[in-house]
Amino acid sequence: MDFYNREYMNEFLKNNWWKLLGIGLILYSIIAGFLIRIPELPIIRESIRNLFFHVVMWFSMMVMFGTSLFRSLRYLSTFDIKHDVYAIQSVNVGLFFGIMGIVTGMEWANFTWGTPWTNDPQLNGAAITILAYFAYLVLRRSIDEENKRARIAAVYNVFAFVMLIVFIGILPRLAQGSLHPGKGGSPMTVTNLDFTMRLVFYPAIVGWIIIGYWLTSIRVKMANIRLHLDNPE
Amino acid sequence: MLLAEIKYLVLKDIKLEFKQRYAINGILLYVVSTIFVSYLSFARIVDSATWNSLFWIIMLFAAVNAVSKSFVQESTSRQLYYYTLTSPQAIILSKMIYNFMLMGVLSLLCLLVFTGLMGGCVVNYPLFISALLLGSFGFASALTMIAAIASRTNNNFALMAILSFPVVMPLLLTLMKVSSAALSVGTLSGNLKYLAALLMLNVIVVALSYVLFPYLWRD
Repeated sequence: MDFYNREYMNEFLKNNWWKLLGIGLILYSIIAGFLIRIPELPIIRESIRNLFFHVVMWFSMMVMFGTSLFRSLRYLSTFDIKHDVYAIQSVNVGLFFGIMGIVTGMEWANFTWGTPWTNDPQLNGAAITILAYFAYLVLRRSIDEENKRARIAAVYNVFAFVMLIVFIGILPRLAQGSLHPGKGGSPMTVTNLDFTMRLVFYPAIVGWIIIGYWLTSIRVKMANIRLHLDNPE
Repeated sequence: MLLAEIKYLVLKDIKLEFKQRYAINGILLYVVSTIFVSYLSFARIVDSATWNSLFWIIMLFAAVNAVSKSFVQESTSRQLYYYTLTSPQAIILSKMIYNFMLMGVLSLLCLLVFTGLMGGCVVNYPLFISALLLGSFGFASALTMIAAIASRTNNNFALMAILSFPVVMPLLLTLMKVSSAALSVGTLSGNLKYLAALLMLNVIVVALSYVLFPYLWRD
């Protein structure tokens, strides 16, 4: 990279400013997340800092799966294979965020509740969501023909997404209560989330979503190159 | 027009079933043997929570098995022939109605045999049976759509299970909630909101299938 060539740098910044913004926001959320003063909270104590990592993963995952749903709907209305590539790569990145969300959540649960996994509606909802998208990946693997695979996977994506939204909506009403703050009788911590914590929490969400889009776009480019290598003409 | 097509397609499925006979007998035997295996391992169940879980797990697997062959029992060329005659919506709706009738028979038989062998735990029969019938329709419609998806792939039976479990989970948990109420002190009027939720789930599944199935059908 030629740092001394002003025109080159201008061009570079014009195309890539959002990536730098994403990296900056995440670095800020990590550094500030460990350094800011947090309110005194019983039981949860300093582990509330995990909010900047764990909760953010679920936001990013849902945005990625939402993008995938949108791309699948676009595929079904246009039959342009480009949208299918975006749909599958958004799911891959979404699953990465989902697994990170589960890992950070288990770490946190082990600290505050004494066990990595409990029978909690939020946990079950997350597990079922991830199972559904793994099933989506297996479904894609089992169809060879490209256009047929795109079409059938898009149908399952739409069907499963709607059922998952219903599931997440119904589940808390069926359960006895939740251990998660602000859900089913547990005291809320996020509405009285104090102002300094918001200053880290919201930028962290934006930063990770930007990184999610960046990862998706890189994976889409890789998939297109692979597609091109498989049938060169 | 659509209704007439659906009527003929359902009648066709029923006639086919009575002619071949192996499918329905196979699935009925499957349910009875599964319950008998559980009877041999559990003997009688007095705990209503265990009764409830075991009953619905058996129902879930029986439903997956019963519905999974919906789109693979007839040859591809014959399905192509139906496509030239009718609309895809008529085909999916008729399969759903036929599978609902199959699941209705299956679930009532399951209840009868299960109560006979494991002991009756149900206190409020009207509530339990209304949940059972709504559940049969829900299983039939959701699994018919999944069977249509799975039938387009190379390994139909393995995919049927993994694709369907996440999708039928909201239905199954709501059903278990209602039926656990029916096993204790729950009343029909007290559980109306759960029955309404089941009905709403069924409407969502049917509407989604109606819109999405035409994309699966064409090759």
